[in-house]
Amino acid sequence: MNDNIKFVQGNEACVEAALYAGLEFYAGYPITPSTEIAEHMAVRLPKLGRRFIQMEDEISSICAIVGASLTGHKAMTATSGPGFSLMQEGLGYAIMAEIPCVIVNVMRGGPSTGLPTSPSQSDVYQARWGVHGDHAIIALTASNHQDVFEMTVHAFNMAETYRTPVILLLDEVIGHMRERLEIPGPEAIPVVDRLRTSVRAGIDYHPYLPREDGRLPMSDFGSEHRYNVTGLAHDMWGFPSSNPGVVHGLLRHLTDKIKNNVGNITRHKEYYLEDARTVLISYGSSARSALHVVEHQRARGERLGLLELQSLWPFPYGLVEEKCAYARNIIVVEMNMGQITRAVKRAVKDPERVVLANRIDGVFITPTDIKNILRLIQGKGV
Amino acid sequence: MERLRLVFSGSGGQGVITAAIILAEAAVLHEDLIATQAQAYGPEARGGATRSDIIISDSPIRYPKVTQPNVLVCLTQESYNKFNPIIRPGGILLTDTRFVKMHAKVDARQIQLPMYRTVMDEIGKPIVFNICMLGAVIGLTDVISPDAVMKALTARIPKGFIDLNKQALELGLAMGEAARP
Repeated sequence: MNDNIKFVQGNEACVEAALYAGLEFYAGYPITPSTEIAEHMAVRLPKLGRRFIQMEDEISSICAIVGASLTGHKAMTATSGPGFSLMQEGLGYAIMAEIPCVIVNVMRGGPSTGLPTSPSQSDVYQARWGVHGDHAIIALTASNHQDVFEMTVHAFNMAETYRTPVILLLDEVIGHMRERLEIPGPEAIPVVDRLRTSVRAGIDYHPYLPREDGRLPMSDFGSEHRYNVTGLAHDMWGFPSSNPGVVHGLLRHLTDKIKNNVGNITRHKEYYLEDARTVLISYGSSARSALHVVEHQRARGERLGLLELQSLWPFPYGLVEEKCAYARNIIVVEMNMGQITRAVKRAVKDPERVVLANRIDGVFITPTDIKNILRLIQGKGV
Repeated sequence: MERLRLVFSGSGGQGVITAAIILAEAAVLHEDLIATQAQAYGPEARGGATRSDIIISDSPIRYPKVTQPNVLVCLTQESYNKFNPIIRPGGILLTDTRFVKMHAKVDARQIQLPMYRTVMDEIGKPIVFNICMLGAVIGLTDVISPDAVMKALTARIPKGFIDLNKQALELGLAMGEAARP
């Protein structure tokens, strides 16, 4: 038996991947359906000589990981909707101060405490716009445990590459379900390490002065260089500034570093798209039901295909437009009232071809739910 | 193999979820099959009718929940009342003689086995009731080998309890095999 093959919950796959990516610090407050992430971290991290802290709430959790990351340690937290709401302030701070970290939101039904034990995908827009002010964000997702592993490592890599918080949107089905996971060998998935400044101690270090390639080397806070970190608009030294030119440059930098790299950030999978007349677009656990339908209808000769999005923000408008160019119908499958459907409508040439297949009642969307929508748009009735 | 969809149901504490995890884990780790295991969380998981869904297959499993099980196990009257209508036509509906009185006629093979009584008579410890049930399911279906289950069990439970579980598994296996048509 190969020890690298495990039968685990998606939450545990996320933990294994974070450790693979070099996670050194976890702070969190347990909440269903993300609790197993904290549980497994509490077991795994101390054994590796790394740190786990259970905080008093989600506000302190995100502040703790932001602080830990600033001192040079890869850090993450995990939560669900109610906790993610509390984290928005700290998330905005991490965006503004450009501090890499990973926040996992294992989505459940909302708003408020909503449906603690039921699946949902209704925090997609919260991930995009939960934080006030103009900003860009990276949000990733996954539909099976092998992909949970890969996307978790990708999340850490993107956080380090672009000096930004990255949100990993999982859901109750993926978090709790058990299936096979093969832990990749060392270096099978590249890991991006912290880019540290080459400026020596005693010499002026500019924490917010990008290199030519746009990346900003960091200096472990409290170590060789003294510098300022603030949520206020700031200059290249990190000191508050309301100089219009500086503010404009900062906001442009914060959004452009992500928007201009959509191609490097975007991850997707496609199934049978070559000749698909009807394209399903889905993500997370819903993509499993969608793929079930695609394979089933293909076996009956229907030309269906699936575009599975693994990165939701920045939204890959170009990719969606290209993949849907020849589709007669586009069905977006998601467990909310159409959050990604809206983005898809903006991406394609004829928005009226886009239909939503959804469920918002806390029940995992079934292949039958999708087939019923398919029959309706084919004029067959349910 | 054909895809096998199973639902184990009972009340919280009977070990139906543990049995489901062991079965699916054994299939994946020791039989090189593909399997998923999902379960109901929340209030349902504590007392009441608890349920775990398992799919075992040799091809990828997309939708991981079970709507119509080939094998439905009900270890309490409540879970039987709640779940008996979902059995796949021609499937196997397994219940325990002590806990469930069957009343509905379903289009399935209804099998009642004295699993709890046998465990209490032969072993005297109710904690291995779930493993006896797992043995019966394997005896009835041959879905995976008893060896694979023992390997998964050995990795999960303290050494002192292995013989107890082996005995329970074998009791279940014998009952399941005897009940095969």
